[in-house]
Amino acid sequence: MSLSTHNLSVGYHDKAIVKQVDLSIPEGKIIALLGPNGCGKSTLLKAMARILSPMEGQVHWQGKNLHGISSKKLAQQLALLPQTQPIPEGIKVKDLVAYGRSPYTGFWGRINRDDQVIIDNVMTETGIIELADQLVSELSGGQRQRVWLAMTLAQDTPYLLLDEPTTYMDLSHQVELMHLLRKLNLQGKTIVTVLHDINQAARYCDYLIVMKQGEIVTQGMPESVLTETMLKDVFSLNAQIHQDPIAQTPMCVVE
Amino acid sequence: MATRSLPILLLTLLGLLLANLMFGAVSIPFKQILDGLQIGSEHYFTVHEYRLPRTILAMLVGAMMALAGALVQGVIRNPLASPDVLGVSHGAGLAAVFYMSFFPNADISWLPAVALVGSLMAALMLWWLCGQHSSTIKMAITGVALAALYASCIDFLMLVKPLEINNALLWLTGSLWGRGWNQLSMLLPWLLLMPFALWLAKPLNLIHLGDDSAISLGIKANKLRLASLAIAVGLTASCVAICGPIGFLGLVAPHLTRKLVGGRHQILLPSTMLVGAILLLLADLAARTIDPPIELPAGIMTAIIGAPYFLWLLLRTK
Repeated sequence: MSLSTHNLSVGYHDKAIVKQVDLSIPEGKIIALLGPNGCGKSTLLKAMARILSPMEGQVHWQGKNLHGISSKKLAQQLALLPQTQPIPEGIKVKDLVAYGRSPYTGFWGRINRDDQVIIDNVMTETGIIELADQLVSELSGGQRQRVWLAMTLAQDTPYLLLDEPTTYMDLSHQVELMHLLRKLNLQGKTIVTVLHDINQAARYCDYLIVMKQGEIVTQGMPESVLTETMLKDVFSLNAQIHQDPIAQTPMCVVE
Repeated sequence: MATRSLPILLLTLLGLLLANLMFGAVSIPFKQILDGLQIGSEHYFTVHEYRLPRTILAMLVGAMMALAGALVQGVIRNPLASPDVLGVSHGAGLAAVFYMSFFPNADISWLPAVALVGSLMAALMLWWLCGQHSSTIKMAITGVALAALYASCIDFLMLVKPLEINNALLWLTGSLWGRGWNQLSMLLPWLLLMPFALWLAKPLNLIHLGDDSAISLGIKANKLRLASLAIAVGLTASCVAICGPIGFLGLVAPHLTRKLVGGRHQILLPSTMLVGAILLLLADLAARTIDPPIELPAGIMTAIIGAPYFLWLLLRTK
């Protein structure tokens, strides 16, 4: 396993949010991190993206401590889409997406022809190519989210860490995004994503990791993870599990 | 837009350089400016000894202060931030006045170093009071309060040490009056900070996207912040040591430039230096030609434009 945590505790201001977690991210899959608000899923994701330093334990990338690897090298392997982003002033969509190529460019950040091909590609895939010359600050929330996703994709890493990528998106764009993740996964990318919508996770992800109060409660295929007892224990929800009539995946219906 | 702005800025700068050589208490026609550079010509003193060094100095100080402002705004991600708003300029000023009033016979060439210590201490003070994760508004307001405190300390020093008051008072309003080749040579070594600042253009673009994205893109956010602020403090201190605190230049110039050429630092940093140079040349030209032979300090001219601009920014920020 390329990405794993070992007895990892991490949090803010000396308070551990994620507690002694051992986790191996299965390679080549789409993995959803699920759990109620404040359970530590974003914190775990940030620790795996080396945004937060562990208080205890380690995160390993290919068997080595994440914090011992050169930041530029690691940026060619792991990309993170944060949950919230500032709205940059005076930056055009195409410039922002081009920033995703930073781990490959020289000190002045010059974009070469190969970079440009990748940039055009991800802008097409995320459906923002016609916004290329607009300012990021003038876009709607959903459009902006797709621009940030495009920047993360331009980083062209084998691993993608996404923190609630569907935020601000209308339903059709959410579905488009999940299909895009499927497509990227078929190209060989491993994708770890925090999601709120359990049914979306069950339908589009191969593997679910469920967290509660900083610990991993259960993990595995959607069929084995998504149970009525789990929903009761983790989310305090009375719900039934049915089969999705179209995708044949498990689906929860709240009572 | 960005590519069109640069030549226009350069032409404006050249025009102002010339205007600063031509106009003042006496106007010298364009043809005689070149003659004025030769020893023995009628205008040698006015052009070569008086206006030329002062013009170059205004250009460099304007560029350096604007660059310092862009660096600070870049890493703090706040259009309200600049060395003078954060109290760094007045910290440098206080240290310099302290030095001048307690060691009146000391070597003036130490002034940049003294100012540097003062601005460093002011920066540390702000850091200590606000911490790393404080809101930008809190930082701006604390900075303004600290700047006012340093200004009142300066006033106090000048009251207790009245002998040096004339010298210091003139210096404190931020003026280019009486500055010549000596001051220019004191400033030159500090120009070395400029290439280091330009070196930071790419990571500054990325820190603009937030720490999380920047780190994910391979930037060491804390190191970058430290490097940028250190360069900004150095640039500010050297300028303050020579011209006194020239207010609002570091705030207005980068902000104006961002509106002109956008937020990419590869173009923003060089352009903001041009805009800063243009603004200070304009301020000094106005200061010398409004009511000759009486001169206003250039710092008052920049404050007349800068203070309302700052208020407007503050009111716009939610």
